[in-house]
Order: sequence, then structure tokens, then C-alpha cells
Amino acid sequence: MVMPNLSLYTTSAFIILDTDGNRVLAKYYNNKNSTIVQDAGSKSLTTLKDQRAYEKALWEKTKKAGGDIILYDSYLVVYRHSLDLIFYLLGPPSENELMLNAALVAYFDALSILLKNQVEKRSVLDNLDVVLLCLDETIDDGIIVETDSTAIASRLSSRPGTGGQEIVIDEQTIRNAYDTIKSRVAKGLF
Amino acid sequence: MSFKKDEESGLNAFYNNKSTIIQEARIFNESNVSPRKCRALLTRVVYLLYLGETFSTQEATNLFFGTTKLFQNKDGALRQMVYFTVKELATMAEDVIMVTSSIMKDMQPNSEVVYRPNAIRALCRIIDPSMVQGVERFFKSAIVDKNPSISSGALVSSYHLYPQAKEVIKRWVNEVQESVNVKPIASYFNSPQPSSSGYLGFSSPQPAGPQTIPSTSNITQYHALGLLFQIRQQDRMAITKMIQQLGGAKSGSGSSLKNPMALCMLVRYAVKVMEEDPNMHKQMYDLLEGWLRHKSDMVNYEAARAICEMRGVTPQQLTRSVSVLQIFLSSPKPVLKFAAIRTLSQLALTHPASVATCNVDMENLITDSNRSIATYAITTLLKTGNEASVDRLMKQITGFMSEISDEFKVIVVEAIRSLTLKFPAKQALMLNFLSGVLRDEGGYDFKRAVVEAIFDMIKYISDSKETALAHLCEFIEDCEFTKLSVRILHLIGLEGPKTLQPTKYIRYIYNRVVLENAIVRAAAVSSLAKFGVNAVDGTIRNSIRVLLSSRCLDDVDDEVRDRAAMYLKVMQQDVLAQKYVRDDSVFSLATLESQLVSYVNDSAASEVPFDVSGVPKVSRAQAQQESARPNAIDTIVAATPAKAAPAAPVQKTAEETKSAYAQQLAAVPDFAEYGPILNSSNKPAALTETETEYVVSCVKHIFKEHVVFQFNVSNTLPDTILERVAVAMQPNDAGLTEDFILPVESLSHETSPQIVYVSFTRDSPEGYVLGSFGCTLKFISKEVDPTSGVPEEEGYEDEYQLEEVELGAGSDYIVPNYAAFTAEWDKMKETGTSLTETFALSSMGSLKAACDSLIEILNMEALGGTENPQSTSVHTLNLSGLVTGGGGKVLARCRMTFSSGQGVTLELSVRAEQDPAARLVLAAIGG
Repeated sequence: MVMPNLSLYTTSAFIILDTDGNRVLAKYYNNKNSTIVQDAGSKSLTTLKDQRAYEKALWEKTKKAGGDIILYDSYLVVYRHSLDLIFYLLGPPSENELMLNAALVAYFDALSILLKNQVEKRSVLDNLDVVLLCLDETIDDGIIVETDSTAIASRLSSRPGTGGQEIVIDEQTIRNAYDTIKSRVAKGLF
Repeated sequence: MSFKKDEESGLNAFYNNKSTIIQEARIFNESNVSPRKCRALLTRVVYLLYLGETFSTQEATNLFFGTTKLFQNKDGALRQMVYFTVKELATMAEDVIMVTSSIMKDMQPNSEVVYRPNAIRALCRIIDPSMVQGVERFFKSAIVDKNPSISSGALVSSYHLYPQAKEVIKRWVNEVQESVNVKPIASYFNSPQPSSSGYLGFSSPQPAGPQTIPSTSNITQYHALGLLFQIRQQDRMAITKMIQQLGGAKSGSGSSLKNPMALCMLVRYAVKVMEEDPNMHKQMYDLLEGWLRHKSDMVNYEAARAICEMRGVTPQQLTRSVSVLQIFLSSPKPVLKFAAIRTLSQLALTHPASVATCNVDMENLITDSNRSIATYAITTLLKTGNEASVDRLMKQITGFMSEISDEFKVIVVEAIRSLTLKFPAKQALMLNFLSGVLRDEGGYDFKRAVVEAIFDMIKYISDSKETALAHLCEFIEDCEFTKLSVRILHLIGLEGPKTLQPTKYIRYIYNRVVLENAIVRAAAVSSLAKFGVNAVDGTIRNSIRVLLSSRCLDDVDDEVRDRAAMYLKVMQQDVLAQKYVRDDSVFSLATLESQLVSYVNDSAASEVPFDVSGVPKVSRAQAQQESARPNAIDTIVAATPAKAAPAAPVQKTAEETKSAYAQQLAAVPDFAEYGPILNSSNKPAALTETETEYVVSCVKHIFKEHVVFQFNVSNTLPDTILERVAVAMQPNDAGLTEDFILPVESLSHETSPQIVYVSFTRDSPEGYVLGSFGCTLKFISKEVDPTSGVPEEEGYEDEYQLEEVELGAGSDYIVPNYAAFTAEWDKMKETGTSLTETFALSSMGSLKAACDSLIEILNMEALGGTENPQSTSVHTLNLSGLVTGGGGKVLARCRMTFSSGQGVTLELSVRAEQDPAARLVLAAIGG
């Protein structure tokens, strides 16, 4: 029997790849404390070469939509296709699949709110600040920080104006709020 | 998609250019910066890292301190990005500790800024463990903050810091406890739907506050529980109490834990308690059972999985979990299906009957669009299936075989292979299927899997042999893979002559000689020769001779010609046939490999030819058993009982262990001169009890002129460091001179185990020194200050008495070696030494016990099943071994009688190629 993971370090990496398998961005959670997770049997992906090789191979396995989950090369991987991108979240093989998925869904939904449902390569690259901060609000060095997508999205401050003034509630905030409510209502109807 | 190319090169080049960004980062130093510009630039800095770029320490430090200049700007949106950048750069830059005070400002308890959680989460990256005490007040208040993001941030930060600052963080246990018990968030935000109030709440009475929507996930409980467990980990009573308090009543509904992830952790803690304390088993099991009815799928699944993996779980206990998983199987969500089928497939290994209730649901998953789910479904079904369902299943599989990828086909074939062995009665059906897919298109791996499955059938199911061989013969008629053709030809050579009509195979093989490439032709020649030697019918031998001499002797390839010439000769002389064709022993490949490696590496050795007689032999059956074993051996760590994980330890063979030791020793420069290792002990001998303060085991390595003792030393005390750890050895007999000791400089609980080597010179390398050694562990013990983690300056010298180390005949000088006993025995009578002596083994209670202990002491191979006495009064045990270091072969015939009054009387006859070897064996029993 595999010893269950008793620590809060549940995620090993977060990756976004495009339709050609190229890295859009990737964050590997390799800090020294979370090595407990690595011991669970996953090989460590510490060098860029290993990471790229793994990403490429993983992409080969998952490029067709409609899988959502795979156990690949001693990592449990949940993934999600969105137009021309694939979002991956990696965890140790013994992790609870639903827990890992909850984190990915939270991140993805939060990002959808923030990018107004335009989760595709163009808008991800245009809004990298949002994409990165959103990830930071979801996962902190391997620990899942939040799974409530609305809360995550709302924690992201909007971009500052050109001057040095205090943050204001501008059009963007209101639009965000509107979108949020809209999606909430839509969810409620289902 | 041409525009994408532009976008790729354009955008990425823009974002990718490290030097441009470092240049631009100078604007951080300007007095009046634009927050928007800076935020964009910081994004690009971090993004570089996320693309795989690296910064040198200097670059990172410059960027880091540039970034911290931006603390002067009050813009909240920029500040959030600054914290993010600080976090990412902190591990690479130097002197990061200097920004502590800037960050602390944002952590003030009254600060109602959106970035307060970010500040808290960044702080743990830059702070020195010794300073944690200084921020204690902030952390304590943040942990119990009403805002879940702040509380979670503080808890996650503390969790990251915990390994470095255990003692301080332990003092926060009350605050952490409070945040576990915090009431569900919805109750103090008065609105029943708090989600929208945040955004629309800018008219609320806190205008300066952040416009964030409070989380409804209660995930703070998860973080608090995780930290609480870390703090109390060592205290099983406290953990048990915690589980009882938080576990709630039946179905977990009464629990104050609302977060499903927190409950999942509780499930895992419960499992841990259950395993460690059998008395709690029932109570914890009841809790797990209750969680099966929780409203969250995640918790149901975690509990169900825990029960399925429970040690010694009964079918009754499994029923509920299996039905929970069964419901998941028909869920539309792939993740849920995957989770369920993965767990069931694991369970099917041990409890196929319990899983069988899900058979119908699993059959629906065979065609699932997620290939992993389909694969698990098939392999599980093949384990749970009964003989009746096999037909239906096979039909289903045949239906989609052509639609799936090669890799998936391999899994299916593997599963069918094991199914065939389980239901031999179905062999005709299976063989039909396998031969069918063998004709399909497919790559090498797939074809190999099929061929190996058929090989297994030939080996284990004799009814299928003739048909299976016929299928293989047909396959090689049109096989594009040389490797497979060669293996099949070899197998036909082994099995064909035993069949009723060997001639029908000869035609197929001869076709290969005519049509194939040189490698296959050579294999075909060897195969034909086996028919020639082994066939009962004299006419076959003649035909083979004709075939070999007519065509193969004129082959264009010299290997084929050589083989043909050799086998023609062999077929004429029965002695040669015995040696080259009918011999059923092979070299132990692992040993052969390691000896060849050391031969090649040793430049001096190449002047003499490699001595193959030093390599022990094993029988073919043994070799096959070894290669059938899954290859999952990676590295060998110095053995420690503490690390003996419950996760199915792979049984290493003695040979592999030895090769691994050889690598370990080769890494120590002091042993470079010693030459190759002649022998290493099979397994470490424990010199202490497993639960003492210091755990020591010993492995002995014999070199040509030296003996090296390897002591694996573990320090099990967490708060003590041992320095200059050495082992003092007192030889009881002469014959060995101590050379040196390689001590371990520093040994803590974390770095255990480490190795102390003690080297001795063998005074007379041609003799075999036996004897025992008194051993004492010597070291300087230093206590570690629990708060600072620094060991005290002055330690005290201490000793620890170990058990004696024995240098014995069997375990250290002799290795088992397979031989044809009668032939060798007679041969050695002429050429070698013979010695005979009689012993009274009065303490032996039976012949079997005597056999076992003789085999163990001498470490020799028992031949012809003589290790199991047929009679209770008289028995002869035949043993064969190889004395290391060129000592040559040695055989022992142990004739024993047993009577209940006198125990076992043993007449031991030893024959060896060399005299010292024979004396060694006698001494081992006599001494």
C-alpha cells in the first residue's frame, strides 16, 4: 500500500501548453519541503531538459480533447482543453484525483472570469499579469490556497492607471462584477 | 495558421529577452514610476522564469532589490505584483532578508489592504528561521483573522516555515486550533449569498477595505488542519483526539469541518492512527464508514479508497466502499470515473470477488473515450472475470482491437496473457485471438507482447503447445522483426524435438535458412542443430546433417558457416553434444556483467585473458525465473530497518545486490588499489536491535588481498549529532592486519544511514581466514539545541557495544554454483582433492533441518532437489559451489542418517579443484 500523502503539498507542477505542445508557461513546485511529495515515487523534474521532455510526451498523450485525467510517468495529471491551450495540473500518483481537479477547476474558472471567458493563447499572453497572479492565488508553492473561483478572481486587483493614484473602482471592476453575477446566475439556473 | 508563427516569434522574443528586461528594470529606481509600466515589467520578469529561463545570483539580486524599490509606491495593484515577484526571486537572490521590515508594514493587523495575504505569503520566503520569533505576534493575529484569505495566507506561510522553525510555530497551536474550529464563513457575512455582496458592496461602511469576495470554500480549515497535524504529528494520542473531535457523528454531518479537502486529510490521519494502533481500528473504521455517506464526492472517494487499501480488509467491510465506487463508475465526469476504476483495479489484485459486482459497469467503460479509464476497466475485468464471462469479454475486445493504439494493445495482450494462465481451459479461444492479432498490423512492442504471451502458453499449458508452435512457425514466415524471429527459432529448437512430429517444424526453419538475413539464418542453423542432436529418430539426424552441409556450409556469412561447421562436428560426438547443446546451465548474467565491467576497467588485467571459471553458473530454470521478475531495481541504499517501506519491497537477487555494492565501493578512492571484489555478503547482518538509539548493520567485502567491512550506521536520535563515528574491531584470530578506518564525520537523524568502512589486509591471500571480531561503535556525541538547531560546541566521547561480526566460510568465500553433480564428482576424483570426515550433529532435530543449515552455512547450491529429504532416516545432500578469488569449483556430498536419540550423523565428502577450497568447506562445518 502506498502511504497516503499526509502533507499539504499536493501539487507538483502547473503547465500551460499550446496546440503544438510548446510551453506557454510552466511552474514546477520543487521546493525542498515538498520533497515529501516527490518521495511518493515520482521522478523529479528539476532541469529544463527533463521538464520539456516530459511536457512534450505528456502533450502527445493528451492532445486529443476529452480525457481530463491521466496517470503519466508517475505523475497524476488533470488537464483541461480550452480553445488553443491545454492547462495541466500535476500531482503525486497517490493524490486524490478529485482534490487535484478541484484546484484546476478553481483556477480555470477564476481565469475565465478574469479573461471574460476568452481563455485562449492570445488573451493569456496579453494578460500574463492576471494569469500569473491568479495562479499565485490558487496555489502557493505546491499548496492549494483556494478553491473558490469567485474569491480567487476577486482577489486580483485590476491593473493600475497610468498615474500613481490609489486603486479605484473603475469600469473594469464593474464589468468583472457583472460577469461574475452573470455566471453565478447562469450556474444557478442549471 | 500563419499568423500564429508571427505571434510566436514576435511575442515570445519580446518576452524572452532577458538582457532587455534587466536593462529596462532600471526604471524601478526612478523617483516617479508608472505603476502600470512597472507591473507589466515585473510580469515579464516572472514570466521569464516560467518559460524556463534562469537568472544568475547577481542578476536575481539586482532585480530583487530593484523590485523592492517599488515598495515606495502605494498602488495596490502594483504592490500585489511586487509581492509575487519577491516570492519568485527570493530563492535565487542574496540578502533577501533585508526587505523584511518593508513587508512587515503591510502585515499590520489593522491594515485592510487587498495585498495583506500576499505580504504574509511573501514573508516566509525571505525570512530567516531565527527571526520567526520576531514576527510571532503578526502571525498569531493573522491566523485568527476573520478574513479567510489572510488566515489561509498565514497558515500556508507557517506551514512552509515549519520545518525550519518548529519550536516557535508549535507555540501557535491555539490560534491554529481556533481557525480549524472557525464557524462556517456564511454565518457572519449576513447575506446568505455572500458572493455578490463583495462586488456590489462598495457602498458598505468600509470604503477603504478591499473589494474582495470572501471565500465560501472554508479552505482555511484545510490549511489549519494540515498545520495542526504537523505540530502534533509525534503525539498519537493528540491526533486521535483531534480526529474524534472533528470527525463528527455518522456521515460526518456533525463535523465542524466543512471543507471537503480538510475531511480528506482527516481520513488520511485516521488511516494512519488505525495502522499504528490496532485498538483504535474499530473506531476509526466506523468513522471512515460514516464518511462514505458524506455529501461531497471527494470525501466519499477518499474514505472508500482508504477502506479498500486497509490491511486485512474483509469482504463485508468492502461492500459499502465498492458500491460507492460503483456509482462513480457511471458518472459523466472522467475524473470521477478514473478515480473509481483506478482504485477498483488495485483492489482487484487482492479481492477480485468484491470487485466483480461492478463487472457490468466496467464493461461499459471498455470503450470510454479516456484511454486510461478503458485500460483500467479491461485489466480489472480480466482479473475479476470468471470462466463464463471470458467468452463475452474476448468478443468485445476483438471488436475494438483494430481501433486502438499499439501501446494500449500491449496492455490488453498482457492482460489476456495472465487470463490465459488463470483459465487454461480457455486456451483454444485465447490462442485463436492471439494468432489473429499477430497477423494484424502492429509495431515491434505489440508483436513482442503477443509472441511472449504465446511463449507463456507453450511453457505452462501443454495442451496448447502444438498449435501454438504452428502459429509461431507461420508467423516467422512473414515476420519483419529479426529479434522476434531469432527468439522464435530458439524456442522451436527447444520445444520442437520433443513433439511427436518434429519434421514438420524443420521445413519452416529451413525456409528461414534460405530466405532470411544472416542473423536469422544463424539462429535457424542453431535451431536445426538442436533437432539433429535431440531427435530420437535417427533419420532426422541424417536429414539435418544433409541440410547443414549442403547449404549452410557455403553460406556467404561467416557466422552462419561457423555455426554449421561446429554443429556438424557436435552431432558426431556425443560428449560435445552434452556440453554444447544439452547443457542446461548458464552463467549468472549479473555476476558475469559486473566481473566483465571490472575487467574492462582494470587496465592491468587486460594482459591476462578473462577468467570465466570465476563466474558462478545457474540452471536455466533459475535464469528464467530471474528474468521473469519485474525489473524495478534502481539503486541500493545502505540498508536500514526504518526505511523498509511497506510499499511492496522488491526482492533483490544476491547478484544484483553485489553489483550495486561494487559500484558503491568503486566510489571510494581508498579501495581503488584493491582490484575487483571477489565476494560480498548477501545481506547486511544486523549488529544491534532495530529499535536502539544507534542501528548498525554490517556487510563484508572480500578482495584478493583485503577484507573490507562496511558498517551501515543510523542515528535514530533526532536531537543528537554524532561526530567522528568509527567502529573499533578486535580480531579474535590472527590472519588479518588492520589497515585503516574511514569514519563518518557527522551523522544526524536526517543524514542517516551513513557508512563506516574498516579495511584489513589478508596476511596470506591464498588461505581463507575465518573468525569473529568484537566491534565497538565510537563517536563524539553532541546535543542539538532544539530552538536554534545548532549543535553544542563540545560533545563528549562515547562508545556503544555492537554484536560480533563473523567471517565464515559459506557467506564470505563460497557462492552457489550450478553443476551436473555426478559427472563433475567423478571428474574431480581424478583431478582434484578429495576429503572425507564424519560429524555428529546432535542438535539437529531432523534431516530437513540439517539440510537447511548445511546449505545456509556453506552457501552452496543444492542439486537435483536433494534439499528436500524423502526419507526421515537416511539422506544424501549434493552441494555445489564456487570458491571466490580463483579458488575453483567445490562439490560436497553429505550423507546423513538420523535417529531420534543421536540427532544427525553426517559423513561429509568434499571434492575440489584445489586443496585449500576443500579444507575450507570442512573447516566451516568442523569449526
